[in-house]
Amino acid sequence: MTVKSASIKSAKGLWKSTPMILGTVLLVSLISTVIPKSFYTSVFSKNVILDSFIGSLVGGISAGNPVTSYIFGGEMLKQGVGLTAVTAFLVSWVTVGVIQFPAESAILGKRFAFLRNVSAFVLAIAVAVITVFILGII
Amino acid sequence: MNLRTRLEQISGAWRFLMLVCIAYLLILIFNPGIFFLSLSFFNKIILKIIPIFILVFILMTLSNYFITPEIVIKHLKEKGVKKWFFVIVGGILSSGPIYMWYPLLADLKSKGLSQGLIACFLYNRAIKIPVLPIAIIYFSWQYILILTLVMIFISVIQGLIINHLTKVQNENCCSI
Repeated sequence: MTVKSASIKSAKGLWKSTPMILGTVLLVSLISTVIPKSFYTSVFSKNVILDSFIGSLVGGISAGNPVTSYIFGGEMLKQGVGLTAVTAFLVSWVTVGVIQFPAESAILGKRFAFLRNVSAFVLAIAVAVITVFILGII
Repeated sequence: MNLRTRLEQISGAWRFLMLVCIAYLLILIFNPGIFFLSLSFFNKIILKIIPIFILVFILMTLSNYFITPEIVIKHLKEKGVKKWFFVIVGGILSSGPIYMWYPLLADLKSKGLSQGLIACFLYNRAIKIPVLPIAIIYFSWQYILILTLVMIFISVIQGLIINHLTKVQNENCCSI
């Protein structure tokens, strides 16, 4: 393969993904604007398991820069939300992509996107529990 | 050609973009404030991802030029931790939004990269070295260190799960 044909192949691949990427960025922008920060701190109770589940769920449906999730996470801790729930929220925020799901399934396959997101959602709770457990014993 | 036939010819990706644009149009009519805030947010992201788009294009071209399916299959069919290590490091070092990497990964998938390794790569993209100092400010370095190590470990677990599930699916598909 020549450099020219490699470039054309790449350009075609990117062009094919452009509408999906633009749509995703538009959707992320809308959700980030519509959902207020206070929403994230109002949905947690005090139950570790339930909060971790909610943390993973809220993180999964959210989108944006990881920095934003650290800010939200820090605020949640200040509001009294447990560290396991906050960890599940942080991990799910960056590993689960409900908003990116259409793009992921269109480009990488529906089944792959489904399996990856569902397992990432469950594993976010596992990461949270393991991290807080290790932190507690050192 | 009627409208229905024309709509059927539009790909899912363009339909998705059209739907989002319609949603924006409705928001402009009913709540212009949210429309302009969202558009301003959109502009910021787009300006941020343009350089990443260029980087992805260069990487895709290099990948197309140097990485042939034969080379990928040869290296990724090797047993051991080397390929996992490569994917983990690649995931951590990659930058930009996750969806920017889908075309490159789809390309590598067509060259033989397993779905488990793709999942492992995507999971490790969650570990952002440039933003770790901010994370340490909000939490503690011990917490971030443990979280990072646990996430790397879990990324391999997820990769193995995805590999297993897709293998089961392929076997079921072929036995039918």
